[in-house]
Amino acid sequence: MSQVIETGKAFEFTPENVEKAKAFIARYPEGRQQSAVMPLLDLAQRQNENWLPKEALEYVGNYLNVPYMRVLEVATFYTMYNLKPVGKHFLQLCRTTPCWLRGSDDLEAVCRNKLGIGNGETTEDGQFSLLEVECLGACVNAPVVQINDDFYEDLNAENFEAVLDKLAKGETPPKGPQIDRVNSAPEGGATTLLEKTGGA
Amino acid sequence: MPTLTVDGVEVTVDPGTTVLQACEEAGAEIPRFCYHERLSIAGNCRMCLVEMEKAPKLIASCAMPAGDGMVIHTNSEIVKQGREGAMEFLLINHPLDCPICDQGGECDLQDQSMAYGSGDSRYDELKRAVAEKNMGPLIKTTMTRCIHCTRCVRFATEVAGVDDLGAINRGENMEIATYLEQALDSELSGNIIDLCPVGALTSKPYAFTARPWELSKTESIDALDAVGANIRVDSRGDEVMRVLPRLHEDVNEEWLSDRSRFSYDGLKAQRLDTPYVRKDGKLQPVGWTEAFEAIKDKLNGLEGDRIGAIAGDMVCAESMMALKDLMEQLGSPNLDCRQDGAALSAETRSAYLFNTTIAGIEEADALLIVGSNPKTEASLINARIRKRWKMGSFPIALIGEEADLGYAHEYLGAGPNTLQDVANGSHSFAEVLKKAERPMIIVGQGALTRADGAAVLSVARTIAENSGMISEGWNGFNILHMAASRVAGLDLGLVPGEGGKGTREILSGNLEVVFLLGADEVDTSSLSNSFVIYQGSHGDAGAQAADVILPGSAYTEKDAIWVNTEGRPQLGRRAIFPPGDAREDWTILRALSETLGKTLPYDTIHQLRERMIAVAPHLADIDVVTPAAWGGFGESGTVTADPFSNPISDYYLTNSISRASKIMAECSSSFSKVKFEETGTNG
Repeated sequence: MSQVIETGKAFEFTPENVEKAKAFIARYPEGRQQSAVMPLLDLAQRQNENWLPKEALEYVGNYLNVPYMRVLEVATFYTMYNLKPVGKHFLQLCRTTPCWLRGSDDLEAVCRNKLGIGNGETTEDGQFSLLEVECLGACVNAPVVQINDDFYEDLNAENFEAVLDKLAKGETPPKGPQIDRVNSAPEGGATTLLEKTGGA
Repeated sequence: MPTLTVDGVEVTVDPGTTVLQACEEAGAEIPRFCYHERLSIAGNCRMCLVEMEKAPKLIASCAMPAGDGMVIHTNSEIVKQGREGAMEFLLINHPLDCPICDQGGECDLQDQSMAYGSGDSRYDELKRAVAEKNMGPLIKTTMTRCIHCTRCVRFATEVAGVDDLGAINRGENMEIATYLEQALDSELSGNIIDLCPVGALTSKPYAFTARPWELSKTESIDALDAVGANIRVDSRGDEVMRVLPRLHEDVNEEWLSDRSRFSYDGLKAQRLDTPYVRKDGKLQPVGWTEAFEAIKDKLNGLEGDRIGAIAGDMVCAESMMALKDLMEQLGSPNLDCRQDGAALSAETRSAYLFNTTIAGIEEADALLIVGSNPKTEASLINARIRKRWKMGSFPIALIGEEADLGYAHEYLGAGPNTLQDVANGSHSFAEVLKKAERPMIIVGQGALTRADGAAVLSVARTIAENSGMISEGWNGFNILHMAASRVAGLDLGLVPGEGGKGTREILSGNLEVVFLLGADEVDTSSLSNSFVIYQGSHGDAGAQAADVILPGSAYTEKDAIWVNTEGRPQLGRRAIFPPGDAREDWTILRALSETLGKTLPYDTIHQLRERMIAVAPHLADIDVVTPAAWGGFGESGTVTADPFSNPISDYYLTNSISRASKIMAECSSSFSKVKFEETGTNG
């Protein structure tokens, strides 16, 4: 069993990404260019519909002169690298304790009932993929789902369904808290420091 | 120099020493799984925990540098608890399948759980199971047993120089695997079997054939290449069950190459176990007397110079001495131990030795390889070169066939012309060699077995002399041999005597009688009119051409002196008896000499060795490299422009034992073929 999928199509950075790769590599001292393996894998993943086939892994390996096995080790170690195709909207559902206490199970049920997918699965139309992940670091806005690069916070079954509906229609729902709240400020508005102070 | 106290014993250690090493120096035994002296430190098994005063918790002694004034306790109650905890975690996912595990009886985990294991398990959950991995025909995997010490990964990356092995996934899902399940393609891959502290990686050919406690262990010397690796032959009854490396810091450290380790099944196949005589065009089994009589009849009244003898690649020093003496008695000067026709003379010893010594490579600071691929010709020497290269500032250049050697090297060119450029200083690498304080050159057999071999050797000598390779206390001139018998043969003077014929002429078919002592890698096509006597262990090419076959013994079946490429005489010991009517080789020659009425003057191996020492006094100093004085050698002459070609086309099939081995045949088909396809020269 191999975890790596071969597409048979050659992979190559686009000219813009070659420029970006150069910038990443330049961040590391002379002779330590191999350290750029992680940003380059990310770059390759973004270019390739959010997943890394064998060709992309080997391309990055050749690009940095890192043995393929070392690239594979990195790519399998971090959950942020997808080694199989994922949907257009990649849902990463946090299931660590705060989110779980605040109802992440409900969100998982939404995925199962509405989209028909469980952990690690992709809808047939290729629109959505679900991956349960550990703490996304936004516990104060629990429960949280990361959809591609954006956090959708303070979710419950209803507003999560609304987000999914909008995504399915091709719209981009506003990211951040899905309830009446600014970032992690209190619900309904500020409760302290209401008076305007003098001075600048 | 930090001084620390270990269990009340004060020790002073070198800076950079770890606490674990300091503890060992103080006489305390530290259990470990991941730590290994020759590999980088991983610190992931946590078995080596010790208590350090003023530290809040136990420390992993393998990863902690020894500091001045440290007070270490290695056997306090808290240490015992800590190690028991580590052991419990290791055993959580380790199966209880010791009775069906090949590591049983020589398993670090088994042994250490006797001291630190709990009597029962507190673990009620499901154990994890991991799919087996394909690592090729030599390594059997049972990855459920793996405790993730990563010794194998570190060995492959650091020592063997192949980056195919790694740890994928993480946490509970971590697995050791090769990239895309490819077989581990390295000449040193078998060593990860020894390194694995549990039964995750075991030997595939040895699987389920024996238990360690039922094997007799014989310390001997490997004869499948010229490195002279120290081995332990494990046998049961009259069968060699496996071959393992033995520690020798100056030769093989504790590694062994795959061909030497896994050719042992070739010792049981294709064996010559009775004498044969060709009657009516067919080889018929006969008794010893009849075989000797057939030779006597043929030699009767024959002039000495109508007889020739060639000694092959795996012939012990004893039988070569006996052969030389017998040929002398018969009055024949036609004698050669260089079956490949290498242009090496026996006159100057330093001209055919690996003078730098294998351990000496670590002191060198520049290297030129000529007409050789050390990776296939002497994998263990290649590992030493790689070890030196990893230390840094070690420029390496190659002239000959370009190859992946496992370390970075500058490729200068394919043939003698480039070599001449280096010799006359017009090549930039000549400057590198001149600037180096301890430069060295390695000349392979690929550069010497050519028609212009002597001239090439002379150019190599010029390079050595011009770039300061020869100085007080340093000799950077090295010949890399591939045959275990070659240096002993040259030491004992198995070269044509005055007016005598060498390998090429002996094989030309002009001689009446040709004696092949274990010579299989020779072209016998012109010998159809000669009377060929073959003495050896295997029915290989030499035996097929023979008119009389005298069954000899393989290297595991005789007490013998082997001289490796450095010129280091080492004692090989008999592990099992030769099969059937086969005998130790020198006794066959001794018995034959009696039949011929030219009795050799020795009745015991001790008398024979006394004779050998009289010829080559340094053979008395077992395991000592006697430095050889520098002298003139080589012949000035014109070299041709033909590129050097490497003599080994298939690493796994270089001699009669490995050619008879099924394991090696399997290796050859899984590894060598791939290589041929890659080069695109396989038609």
